[in-house]
Amino acid sequence: MTLAEAIIARHAGRPVAAGEFVEVPVDFVLANDITAPLAIRAFRELGANRVFDPSRVALVLDHFTPCKDVRSAEQCRAVREFARAQGIPHLFAEGRGGIEHVLLPERGLVLPGEIVVGGDSHTCTYGALGAFATGMGSTDIGYAMATGRTWLRVPRTIRVELSGELPRWVTGKDLALHLIGMVGTSGANWCAFEFAGKVEALPLDDRLTVANMAVEAGATAGLFPPDGEVLDYLRGRAARGYEPVYPEPGADYAEAVEVDLGRLRPLVARPHSPADVVPVEGLGEVAIDQVVIGSCTNGRWRDLLLAAEVLRGREVHPRVRCIVIPGSQELHLRAVREGLAEVFLEAGAVLSTPTCGPCLGGHMGVLAAGERCVSTTNRNFRGRMGHPEGEVYLANPAVAAASAVLGRIASPEEL
Amino acid sequence: MVIRGRALVVGDDVDTDAIVPARYLVTSDPAELGRHCLEGLDLGFPGRIRPGDILVAGENFGCGSSREHAVLALKGAGIGCVVARSFARIFFRNATNLGFPLVECPVLRDVAEGDLLAVDLRRGVIRDLTSGRAFAAPPLPPFILEILDAGGLIPWARRRRYGA
Ligand code: SF4
Repeated sequence: MTLAEAIIARHAGRPVAAGEFVEVPVDFVLANDITAPLAIRAFRELGANRVFDPSRVALVLDHFTPCKDVRSAEQCRAVREFARAQGIPHLFAEGRGGIEHVLLPERGLVLPGEIVVGGDSHTCTYGALGAFATGMGSTDIGYAMATGRTWLRVPRTIRVELSGELPRWVTGKDLALHLIGMVGTSGANWCAFEFAGKVEALPLDDRLTVANMAVEAGATAGLFPPDGEVLDYLRGRAARGYEPVYPEPGADYAEAVEVDLGRLRPLVARPHSPADVVPVEGLGEVAIDQVVIGSCTNGRWRDLLLAAEVLRGREVHPRVRCIVIPGSQELHLRAVREGLAEVFLEAGAVLSTPTCGPCLGGHMGVLAAGERCVSTTNRNFRGRMGHPEGEVYLANPAVAAASAVLGRIASPEEL
Repeated sequence: MVIRGRALVVGDDVDTDAIVPARYLVTSDPAELGRHCLEGLDLGFPGRIRPGDILVAGENFGCGSSREHAVLALKGAGIGCVVARSFARIFFRNATNLGFPLVECPVLRDVAEGDLLAVDLRRGVIRDLTSGRAFAAPPLPPFILEILDAGGLIPWARRRRYGA
């Protein structure tokens, strides 16, 4: 069995094969300030009174927080009230939280070998830890909160064999964009990616970026077998005991592709598709108005470090606003303690408390018509960051930072 | 069940941000969400929708964000059903869970804006009454049909799994 099949089989209590529909118990369920209110409604419509296990539910207020307006505040209040009434300890909000997919791995709440379902499409991020984690809508999440179960169609698996070492200024983001460019926005619909080969060449932060963007190719999940780096990371952090699961030899893969990391270059995805991928050098002169560095894709420590390395001692171009958003309170504090905050502020960037904010055109950096942004987020759909005539180019944090300095899309090599 | 309506045609990769932009996700009221339906594609789009219209899409309809508000917006705008060459997984689940009719038809093509369509959900046949063409959709898996027949995940669960 593939890694996806092996994890699902362990939960189903019998062997499974791609294509089958199964009902399985889940280990963890999450929702955010946008999806939780609807999930709570579904939970009530089901006639449920108690969540299946309060310690296995997380409610993360991250999208429109700190609340952008009265109505978002009311949604957050409803989520808080539900958490209190249900005795759910993992309610995360301003000052003690962060962006869900940065936060939950950090808190050790999502673990290898588990099945995690979330009311957010980027729940697949936890595949980097070897969890079968997938995004669903609110009704599915209400059902999972009530019953501790979900239905799944066992995905076919696309195996991605990695080799080589990442060149300078190339990151997991470029691997993600490369894959999405290769298979297209729906090339992995109802499939899982499973990474194999030289997985250790990608630092864990980069694996989280890659798994995060699996859904941009339509994938149900993006899975990495958990290696020593993952197990070390979870030591002293894991909220529960866990048992890692690995693919079986001779598993049946729907497809296999190979990627030599050493041959990747910094890439960008042009508007308005994450699959419209080209090397940065090939772009020509593209002037920009805004840069966003953050999100559940690239708001982790290695991302902030890379951006700071580029911005240190330099200045954001006068025509550009550069918004840096650490993915969690812990990372924000670390950025202050280790001097990164000073680098960003001295360069003329905005440093924000953790929030999804501009990633989904919520607040903290919404685009006007005709404005162009380089963003380390995961989606550049038309209108995603604001006005439908705005444009978003997706890139890694080093490219985003270099672009902020030069006022046009640029590789850090050009500095 | 046969749904009849006027075709409203959109392209490939219509994502859920286009169906209902995030700035409107401060409510879960279908009527209010419906007033912004497909505004992410074009600010004038909601004004073009007439209740009962059938949305005709290309590949990967509903990709992107998991927001179930996208299905609510389509319902709220009065869209009768969506037919597409393919649907993204999460959107497909959401529509199924809410009992909103979809027909996935990989051979669907050349439907013109304004054509009169008749969609037979049970048989999986899409007829373009204007051009005289018909397209057959592959049957849905039995498990999905079970949920749809119950009227969505909640009635399905209430009936079969969760108490009464
Ligand atoms: S950062 Fe963006 S993609 Fe990630 S959870 Fe928030 S809105 Fe979604």
